[in-house]
Amino acid sequence: MSAHVNLERRRQAIYGWLLLLPALLLLSIFAFYPTMATLWSSLFSRGTRRNPVEYIGTGNYSELFADPTFWIVVKNNLLYAGVTIPVSIGIALAMALWANGKIRARSFVRTAYFTPTVLPMIAAANLWLFFYTPGLGVLDQIGSVFGLPSVNWLGQPETALWAIIIVTIWKEAGFFMIFYLAALQTIPEDLKEAADIEGTSRWTYTRRIVLPLLMPTTLFIAVNALINSVKLIDHLFILTKGGPSDASKLLLYYIWEMAFAFFDSPQAAAMTILVIGVLAIVAAVQFLYLDKRTHYQ
Amino acid sequence: MTNIPFVEIKEVAKRWNGQLGVEGINLKIPEGSFTALLGPSGCGKSTTLRLLAGLELPDEGKVYIDGKDVTTSAASDRNLSMVFQSYALFPHLSVAENVVFGLKVRRVPKKERQEKLRRALDITGLIGFEYRKPGELSGGQRQRVALARAIVAGQRLCLMDEPLSNLDAKLRNSVRKDIKKLQRDLGITVVYVTHDQTEAMSMADTVVLMKDGHIQQVGPPEDLYNKPNNTFVAEFVGSPPMALISADGLAGFTEGQKLGIRAENIQIALKGEGRLTCTITESEFLGSETLIGLDHKHATGLCILKSGMALMPEGETIDITFTDDHLHVFDAAGNRMAAQA
Repeated sequence: MSAHVNLERRRQAIYGWLLLLPALLLLSIFAFYPTMATLWSSLFSRGTRRNPVEYIGTGNYSELFADPTFWIVVKNNLLYAGVTIPVSIGIALAMALWANGKIRARSFVRTAYFTPTVLPMIAAANLWLFFYTPGLGVLDQIGSVFGLPSVNWLGQPETALWAIIIVTIWKEAGFFMIFYLAALQTIPEDLKEAADIEGTSRWTYTRRIVLPLLMPTTLFIAVNALINSVKLIDHLFILTKGGPSDASKLLLYYIWEMAFAFFDSPQAAAMTILVIGVLAIVAAVQFLYLDKRTHYQ
Repeated sequence: MTNIPFVEIKEVAKRWNGQLGVEGINLKIPEGSFTALLGPSGCGKSTTLRLLAGLELPDEGKVYIDGKDVTTSAASDRNLSMVFQSYALFPHLSVAENVVFGLKVRRVPKKERQEKLRRALDITGLIGFEYRKPGELSGGQRQRVALARAIVAGQRLCLMDEPLSNLDAKLRNSVRKDIKKLQRDLGITVVYVTHDQTEAMSMADTVVLMKDGHIQQVGPPEDLYNKPNNTFVAEFVGSPPMALISADGLAGFTEGQKLGIRAENIQIALKGEGRLTCTITESEFLGSETLIGLDHKHATGLCILKSGMALMPEGETIDITFTDDHLHVFDAAGNRMAAQA
């Protein structure tokens, strides 16, 4: 092989690495290193003045598995994810299909649906706090018109988590709708016309043509929704603080509590690693399995 | 062919927000014929086709297919198939699924579906491609999938909206022949939209030339070529199109008249003996002949054809001649005058 080919190849390699460098650097500093550091610190005991830090292997993990609160939080989070992900995707899809149709005041409808998303989390939480407040809140006011008793939605274990779930759906559906709207715009109009000529009903067209073509978007949204479902913390601060009696406590809130309220950062680190592990597995399944069954244009 | 037209469009008009789409469209299409809607872009040919398909509803007028008034019927009730310019194939479905999509929607039993699929793929030469996705096919193959989808249901009327415009010139030529053969073999009625006059002239039994939402002329290709209704038709049809000479340039014609003449009817004359003296502006070698463009102050589009390679120097003046028999006379408004030619 002649010299200039080698030189060219080396130059290409240098270009490649230069292009890769910024992302690699940022990800290393802010993602890979912290993950490794967290994994490392989850293997050590919590240092106090009397007991210095020592290597305890999986000690933190076994302690965590023995912690009943941890299991309550896991169960809460599974329920929370299991309800918010499908419901908000379903509502987002329905809203997008409607807002994409030929309706009057289309841009108003789109804006209205998107508003919850642009509200800051804390503001949205305060808004819902007002809705849920017993006696004064909008829900109770409406209820009292029909003679229903006052309900402390956030204050009782049976309803607290559901109240949080509803706020999340309200906030996420509009956000996901934007992705669906964008994807719907890329479906050419003449596919609908071709289907019309064959006598395809609206429902068949949606099921056989639109939904499959939206699959890449659905996959993307599902991964996002999954990540969001373990990322929620700000609403909990305002609405319930995880209570009453851990009924609405979710993983990230518990991790925060562990690290900054109970000052047990090794425990928090162990929990973080578990969450990362589970998320990585689920994301891999979603991308590897669903990807094969998804049509990309 | 019967006397009752298979497809009839009566006084149809369609406007968008007061802007003209098409107006006063009258067409009678016999069964088993091949009709081409021809015209420059924006002339309303696609609109006419969409009105016929039921993808648009007319503001005025009536549409009949097979003797039935379908003016307000849904597209699916008109018993027709359509080939779209972009082919409109479903990108996530395989070739076979694309072709049988309509049959499935119409709940045709599976066995019959398979037979029809087999036949349609056989006719269009797509056997072996059943499981490919449209994205894995070439432009020509996609086009054939669109054709297969159009013929699989066995509808008697097939509409085609510029089906060849996404193909390269060579492929276009062969597909043109395929479509024509397909139409003859199946005996279906085809209405075909194109802006390419070569396509229209070579394929169609009847050409409908449109401009600005109005029909200019309806007739067999040779009529449009040999007896253009007006100067627009004269200048649109033919390659090269007809040259127009204003009456001022020639003796013996009334003021304001325009005379049309085709390149093949013009001869070069000896100096001083021709009817017009022109300047050569360009020479274009086309293979079997050479096209020589001419400039004259009273004429537009003048040119002559010389056989073989016969380039002539630009800027030189030559004399040309032609007989009155070959002249097409148009009045001041541009319409063809009777009796002449």
